This record gives sequence, structure tokens and C-alpha cells, in this order.
Amino acid sequence: MTIEDTLQETFTALSANKVRSGLTVLGIVIGIGSVIAMVSIGQGAASGIQSSIQSLGSNLIQVTPGAARTAGGFGVSSGRGSASTLTQADADAVASGVQNISAITTEVTSRQQVTAKGTNTNTSVIGTDSFYPTVRNIFIDQGTFISETNDQNLAKVAVLGPTAAGDLFGTDDSQPSGLPDGIVGQTIRIKGMEFKVIGITAAKGGSGFSNQDDTIYIPATSAQRFLTGNNSVSSIDIQASSADAMQQVQSDTTSLLLARHKITDETKADFSVLNQNDLLSAVSNVSATLTILLASIAGISLVVGGIGIMNMMLTTVTERTREIGLRKAIGATRGDISRQFLIEALVLTLIGGAIGVALGSGVALGINALGLIATSISLESVALALIVSAAIGILFGWYPARRAASLNPIEALRYE
Amino acid sequence: MIEVDDITKTYGNGDNAFQALKGVSFTIEDGEFVAIMGPSGSGKSTMMHILGCLDTPTSGTYKLDGKDVSKLNDEELAVIRKSKIGFVFQAFNLLPRTTVLRNVTLPLVYAGTAPEERDKRAKSALLASGLAETHFLHKSNELSGGQIQRVAIARALVNDPTLILADEPTGNLDTKTGEIVLGTFQKLNEEHNRTIVLITHEPDVAEHAQRIITLRDGKIVSDSKHHTRRKAHTS
Repeated sequence: MTIEDTLQETFTALSANKVRSGLTVLGIVIGIGSVIAMVSIGQGAASGIQSSIQSLGSNLIQVTPGAARTAGGFGVSSGRGSASTLTQADADAVASGVQNISAITTEVTSRQQVTAKGTNTNTSVIGTDSFYPTVRNIFIDQGTFISETNDQNLAKVAVLGPTAAGDLFGTDDSQPSGLPDGIVGQTIRIKGMEFKVIGITAAKGGSGFSNQDDTIYIPATSAQRFLTGNNSVSSIDIQASSADAMQQVQSDTTSLLLARHKITDETKADFSVLNQNDLLSAVSNVSATLTILLASIAGISLVVGGIGIMNMMLTTVTERTREIGLRKAIGATRGDISRQFLIEALVLTLIGGAIGVALGSGVALGINALGLIATSISLESVALALIVSAAIGILFGWYPARRAASLNPIEALRYE
Repeated sequence: MIEVDDITKTYGNGDNAFQALKGVSFTIEDGEFVAIMGPSGSGKSTMMHILGCLDTPTSGTYKLDGKDVSKLNDEELAVIRKSKIGFVFQAFNLLPRTTVLRNVTLPLVYAGTAPEERDKRAKSALLASGLAETHFLHKSNELSGGQIQRVAIARALVNDPTLILADEPTGNLDTKTGEIVLGTFQKLNEEHNRTIVLITHEPDVAEHAQRIITLRDGKIVSDSKHHTRRKAHTS
């Protein structure tokens, strides 16, 4: 029996009961369609989060202080980052003692009430130096960023993030930046002290965990002197020269700081070194789990669709018992019969799979067009969906086909 | 050539055992037209199943063209059926929603014959069984009872079998149409030298054959040749 013959038989059999075939196919369409849509939503969300993390800076390693503890072995912890164990001197030591560092900067972060001409906002004020834009991928939209001289002179200058600038000076939608002209040069008050605005950073957009646009940057020395009142820093940001060097930079930084802080047991370190790649892989794990979750929920509907196929095939085998008997009488082998029913199931699921891929892609593109999530349809998920639908056809068609093939021709011919 | 030697067939086992055939022997030469007759329960259906290689005997041997087919398994029997046996059943077992031509080519499809050859042979089988060419592309459910049975005969012929086995082929037809179908069998026997075995319980039908084997309670009670066989009205 040639493939052409088999397909002709299949077409005749399936078109004999179009409504039933159509409804059975619909089960697979919904199953495959939802798998495709869910996976592309999951992957779209994952790549969105990953690009947010990458926008924090490339090849970034961040050193943050450890937890402040009250005295004693079981002292009360105030949480990571609360201790004042890191200083500018630590940063300088890392800069000179660790290889493969392309840039290093420090942050002295505090939350402050900021006022300007009758408006006020509560925002995070980051004291930093001229390397910050390089390390953290910040671009200047207007004016300049903090210079080395500003930092040395404890200058009272500030660079505003666009959100903070809008909160203080209002917005103007006619400008490309969305901000009114002439903000650079004005003064703002932080903790009662006047700071002159020297620049505005370009918008980066809300990036998942923290909004880098709702920030005010001032020189690190000024922040330490006027805002925090001590010489500790809240983080040291290191940019490794390449992604390959990150592991080495991370471990060298750790051992150098352990030595400087005279700590021998690494588990008792008073700081932690966070590698951006670790964060990325942690987030990737989370989003992969999310995608698997979505896909398995959709997969359940696929299994239900498969059961629909099996149900239809079993009904068909019963209805066509006499036909099977006749085919056997005129020389069809078990293989011929079982192949015929298996291919019927396979054709049903493949048609369902193809329509399902189209439907699922349509849903994913629709979500994309609505701007909810930037979904991405991967070729792999389409290929996988088609393979899975074929596998379901074989899996759920196998039992009915075997049942048809094992019918006794004499009894099948007598069947009423 | 068909050689049946001391065939028995027992269904069930132990106390429920029922012996449908109790030692049946006969030989049918090529080109014979034989009727196997008997009332219901005589074992003629069982005999047909064994002759048609749909079933195997419990004991005894059945040789078809010199080959012992009484000990074959299902798959081997299927191969014998597709090459050596053509069936015509009482109930019109054509595939519905399928053309006459496709129905007739089906045995050749399973035998793996090339498509062009299939159509050629199917057409000549249909013409031999007396169906007009205008009906070849009709769906099987658009035909009359007599036409359907002719298509079934053509399908039985198409693989050039050793034996055409007809199980009550006129059972669902009126007398006149039945006569026509029986005439078709006679014509095939006389003009094409086909070996035909007709299973029936009606003496009228059996009389169209050259030889009548009568079964009763699983045994042969008579086996007679009569040269003055009844002529059907061939149309």
C-alpha cells in the first residue's frame, strides 16, 4: 500500500464525518495553540527582564557591605548592606590590586527629601564619581555628569535623573526629553543645602527592581560629608574588562578585601560580592521555571486533546468493524489496518498542530501588538509543538489502531 | 486445486466444546463450480471460513494449490487471502462513499500492484462481471443491490484468485436479481474457467452449480455431480 493510497483512504475516512473530525482537531488546536502562546509569553517576559538587568551595566560586579551586627556571636543582624564596612580606600585598593578591571566607581546612597521652588520629592541620592556612567551604562541628555574636579572639591552640584527632574521642575511634552528647558543651572535643596543642577541623564526606563531614572547624583565626597556624615560607601561597582574575566575579578576582589579586613573565614566576610552574571542566571532560572509552569498548564489541555483523539478513533474502529473485517478478508494484513488507523490519528493531530501553531502565534503577536509583553515565537517551540502533536497522534492512535488490527475477520464481518 | 482431508473444527473446550465439522474430506479441481449446501448449523459457514483462509481447522489438512494452509498464522493467512482467494459476501460489503473502481482495486492495493495496472485489471474485472462502464465512477451507495453484488464479484475476480468463494451471494436479493448474479457466476465459470465455491442453504441456488456437496451436522451427506445444471437467465 503506497503512501498515496493510505492518504486517500485517510481523506475519505476523515471527510466522512467532518463535524466529528473537526471537533477532535479543535482539541489539539487549543492544546498546541496555548502551548505556543504560553511559551512565547514566558520567553518574552524572560528576555525583557534579562535586558533590564543588562541595562544596569555590562560585566558588572557589585561589592556591598555585610550586615551590621550587635556584639556577640548571635548578635541581632540589621540586614545586608547596613554595615559601614566599605570605604573609598577599599575601592582604591581593588582598583590598583585586581587585574582586568576596566572601570570602578563607588556609590554612597541615601534617601532624601529634595526640594526645588515649592515642589519636593523623596528620592534616592547617589554620591558617586565620574566613572559611574561608564560602569552603569548611564548617558547624559543635557549638561555634564560629575567631573573628577567636582569630586575632589566637594562641589555642591547635582545631576538629575529624568523622573526626579520631572517631579521637581514639571514636565513638558513638547520637548523630546519631556522636560522643560533651563533645568540645568537651577538649584535644588537636599537636606537644606543648595546644590546646582549641572546635568540630566537620559531616560533608561523602569528597569524591574529599581527605577534608575528617579535618582539624583552628586559627588561621592559631598554625599559623605553633607548627607551620611561618615566615609563609608554603600557599594563598590566594578566593571570587568570582559565577561570571561568576571569570575577572576570577583574572586580576586573577595580575597583582597578579606585580607584588608583581616578576615580569614570567608563565611564571616563583612561584605558580599555580587556578580551580575549570577543575578542573570538566577533570573533566567526563575523565568525558565515560569515558562515551564505556563507550558505545563497548556500541556494539560494538549493531553485532553489527545484523549479526544483516542476517543474518536475508538468510536471509529467500532463503527467500522465490518469494514475492517472486509479489508482483512480481501488481504489486508494487521500492519495495513493498524497503519491506516494510526495515520488517521496522525493526520488529525498534525492538522490540529498546524492550525494550533498559527493560532498560538497569532495570540502571541496580538499580545505583542497590544504592547503588553514583547513576546517572541521561537522556531524551536514551533518545531517542538509539531513534533509533540505528531507524538500525541501516535501515542493516542496506537491503542485504537492495535485494537482494529487485532479484530478477528470472521467476527468483524458478522458484527452488526 | 483444493484438497480437504479429514478436517475437524471444534469451538470452545471441555464441556462446552462444540464440534462444527466432524471429519470432512473432498477435492475440488480447477475450473469446477461447486455448491456447498446445508441447513443452518450444518457447518457450512465454518467450512467457508476454512476454505477462505479466515480460520484454520482443529485437525486435518487443507491444501490450496498443493500448499498446506491449515497450520498458518494470521499474517500468513492474510497473504494467502490476498493472492489466492476472492470473496463475495451476502451483505454487500463494499466501502461506502467510495467509487466502484476504487472498491474493485482494493485487493490490488493491498497486494501492492502498480496504480496503472490496478485500474486496467479492475476495469476488465468489472466488464467480466457485467457492470456497464458508465457506473465505474459512481459511489457504491448509489448502486442497486444487483449492481453492488456485481461489483463485489469483480472485486473477488480482480486479483486473479485460485478460488472465488461466495457466501449466500443472493441472500439479500430478489429472485430475479439473484438469477442474474448466479448467471454471472456461471459465465465466469464457463467462459473464464474460474473455480467457484458457492455456500448456500437454498437448493434452488445450489442447482446452478455443477456439483453439490451437502453437509449436515458437520459431515458430508452427499456429493453429487449433475451435468444438467439449472441455467440462469444471463442478461
